[in-house]
Amino acid sequence: MVQVDARGFSCPEPLIRTRNALQSLPAGDTLEIVVDTVTSRENVRRFLVGKGFTVEIEVLEDDFKILAHK
Amino acid sequence: MTERLTRFFGSRWGIILTGGVIGLLAALLQRFGNPPNMGICVACFERDIAGALGLHRAAVVQYIRPEIIAFVLGSMIAALIFKEFKSRLGSAPIVRFFLGILAMIGGLVFLGCPWRAILRLAGGDLNAILGLLGLILGISGGVYFLKNGYTLGRSRPAPAIAGWIMPLMMVSLLLLLIFAPQFSESGPIFFSESGPGSMAAPIVISLAAGLVIGFLAQRTRYCTMGSIRDVILMRDTHLISGVAAMLVVAFVMNLILGQVNVGFTSQPVAHSNHLWNFMGMVLAGLAFALAGGCPGRQLFLSGEGDGDAAIFVLGMIVGAGISHNFGLAGRPDTVVDGVLSVGGTSIYGQAAVILGIVFCIVLGFTAREQV
Repeated sequence: MVQVDARGFSCPEPLIRTRNALQSLPAGDTLEIVVDTVTSRENVRRFLVGKGFTVEIEVLEDDFKILAHK
Repeated sequence: MTERLTRFFGSRWGIILTGGVIGLLAALLQRFGNPPNMGICVACFERDIAGALGLHRAAVVQYIRPEIIAFVLGSMIAALIFKEFKSRLGSAPIVRFFLGILAMIGGLVFLGCPWRAILRLAGGDLNAILGLLGLILGISGGVYFLKNGYTLGRSRPAPAIAGWIMPLMMVSLLLLLIFAPQFSESGPIFFSESGPGSMAAPIVISLAAGLVIGFLAQRTRYCTMGSIRDVILMRDTHLISGVAAMLVVAFVMNLILGQVNVGFTSQPVAHSNHLWNFMGMVLAGLAFALAGGCPGRQLFLSGEGDGDAAIFVLGMIVGAGISHNFGLAGRPDTVVDGVLSVGGTSIYGQAAVILGIVFCIVLGFTAREQV
């Protein structure tokens, strides 16, 4: 699993970090990104869905954990 | 219900609707009295607020613009209803403040922000093409830096009061607008008696339009700079479909209302100095990209509790004061005795734009994650 902590970053940085992480993601592995705003959550979700990933969102206390795998 | 609305606003139709509504309201605001060839201009309106408060003394551009107030409050209302209001700050605030100053300096050389550039184009003002080209170049620079690791660092959750300062400031401005006190004999609050600052739609209409826009823009994260950035960065056309809707609807409305005047010279509150229309917006585009949002987006974020966006907004307002006090702002075209005199900016304005671009480039290369 590749983990990205994108909390506290405003757009487009969570997306850029996600894209960079995808480049080093082994096939079949899960990508985990933590963001702290709805904007970032939706941006990243849309981006990953567009790339063909299955995306699940876990609501944490103040943040969102996005889990993506193909 | 809120979940379904959130999904709609996050969709392409949501942002297209938002852009269309903004285009419609901007054209109508112009019809109701806002300055010609403008409708809405976040930079110009913040400059007018700066003038009203006495931060500059350019008498023709002094008015507390209700649209700016309502953008923040409309966004705040949306954020509160959908539980997205979050007090947060701490991402290199002094840098963001300075980027706000530079963005305003650049914008005022062009005599507009990205919103106005699009709306000017929708009114036939072809100078906007130069502005938009400059904007695209500036944003491209920002994208280059972002791709190479540029970051101002993380923001952190902050005490609630920090997130409330900007909304409270806006309410205070509204009270100053309505009650129009004069704090000293030749002092603020100023209200222009001529020029663009004297041209304004009725307060209630401006407020209503601003609240609707603020609400929709918060829900859809509408951002004119971001729309261009996303296309360049990852060929994502989501945001730009909203901006395109704004352009198209504003153009159609302008046609209906007889507000289209195609050409370069003598456009209202504009100049046809191609080089400096371009250069001013290169600086503005770079500064907005490095700060993560267009001036409208920064207002909407500050309504959600984002203190970093709030400090950028304050930088823009201070930048307007600096711009007019030091003679950096653009001068419109004028016609004297039938002879056209192309406007532009002073040597100081030109120097400020160049220095501003240099600063942004150095920032872009050097601001990296501090481990």
